[in-house]
Amino acid sequence: MCLGIPGEVVVLNKDGTAEVQVKGVNVRTRVDLVPDVKLGDWVMMHTGFALQILDKEDALETLSLLEEAGLI
Amino acid sequence: MDWRGLMRPIQEELERSTVVAGLLADMEKRLERVREAGKLPGPELRIMEVCGTHTMALHRTGLAIAMRDRGVEFVSGPGCPVCVTPDGVIHEAVRLVREREDLVLATFGDLLRVPSGGVRMKDVPPAKGSRVQVVFSPDEVLDIARNEPSKEVVLLSSGFETTVPAIAWTMKRAYELGIENLTFYSSLFRIKEPMEAILTGGEVRLDGLLLPGHVSMVIGTDGFEFLKKWNVPSAVGGFSAGNIIRAVLVILDIIDQGADHVRNEYTWTVKAGGNPEAMKVMDEILEPVDIMWRGLGLIPHSGLGLREQYAHLDARGRFDIQEPDVHEAKGCRCGDVLRGVMRPPQCGLFGKACTPESPRGPCMVSSEGSCLAHFLYGG
Repeated sequence: MCLGIPGEVVVLNKDGTAEVQVKGVNVRTRVDLVPDVKLGDWVMMHTGFALQILDKEDALETLSLLEEAGLI
Repeated sequence: MDWRGLMRPIQEELERSTVVAGLLADMEKRLERVREAGKLPGPELRIMEVCGTHTMALHRTGLAIAMRDRGVEFVSGPGCPVCVTPDGVIHEAVRLVREREDLVLATFGDLLRVPSGGVRMKDVPPAKGSRVQVVFSPDEVLDIARNEPSKEVVLLSSGFETTVPAIAWTMKRAYELGIENLTFYSSLFRIKEPMEAILTGGEVRLDGLLLPGHVSMVIGTDGFEFLKKWNVPSAVGGFSAGNIIRAVLVILDIIDQGADHVRNEYTWTVKAGGNPEAMKVMDEILEPVDIMWRGLGLIPHSGLGLREQYAHLDARGRFDIQEPDVHEAKGCRCGDVLRGVMRPPQCGLFGKACTPESPRGPCMVSSEGSCLAHFLYGG
């Protein structure tokens, strides 16, 4: 339930949504709760909402570690 | 069956990673130092992993066994929302689907598979014009309700502070848009009160706490200031094997040095102040309420309910829902597992009458349940 998935914001729409790319797949994500988000930012997603802006290098590390742990 | 034997290859693979092996060796050294200094009250270091995602990570990677071999025992905590959602809620959701016509019950997947009185929501034939729909994100119900104005749409959800902001945001939007056919059947939990209950209860000896990484992303390390009172060495940790071992190293350091009680080992995701925007929307829409927990009973102020202004969005009022005090399946010890008092294999049903294919309790259903983690991966 509390699994977070990091991804990169590749499209930022004006309606509070974004396309966030995770492993090559775009996921529609609400970004209302991270008002400072910019195109190209890495975010941590949970149940379709971005909840934190991440440092890109850390996000990539997290993603590979999550894969290693078999969690995504 | 000897699950430990089954898990060996995965565990050996884990330990072949030089980073992990190095961290584990470091952990053993620090543990020995703490033990020699007489700073450990029991033979092993006992840490509660509060969050169900940590439970799964520990077992899936083989780390739980690697840790136990080295004298570090993990005890599962209450942070599995599907597990702590009381039977009465599932009972009433099943009743809604079965009896109420023209209803769309939207929910995350796991709740559908929890049995109540032997019946699972996924197996219930819905009433005329009704259906159950799995959603990935709570805000999907806004479109469902607007596209199907002749149906009553209910979002059934349970969650901790990680999930609550998304639900609160959806409630707020439903209110702003004036959507009349959408209500929320929620079991929203706060992490503070059950932790206080467990620490106060003293049923289980804990030398440290692995704090939930993604609840912390929302409430911040500041949200755990209350732990000062108990002085239990605690670390916020990420979800890889390396992250978890680093959090244990920090816990050992705190035991050794007796310094500050909560440290953040997940800094790239967790800030001291958490996510203020997420906390703002939670506080705007919801207020602390007394709530029932499976295994822990009624805990004052441990839940979040709609504020008076938004009370019409509560499905409990709309459908006259009164949760019966239903008792869990006979012999199910999920409640004891959630308090850290019992390990899953000690339950008489575990792996026999209760399996992932035919679960008797939610700890075997939830993808974060401690029983499921032990069944699939041993440890």
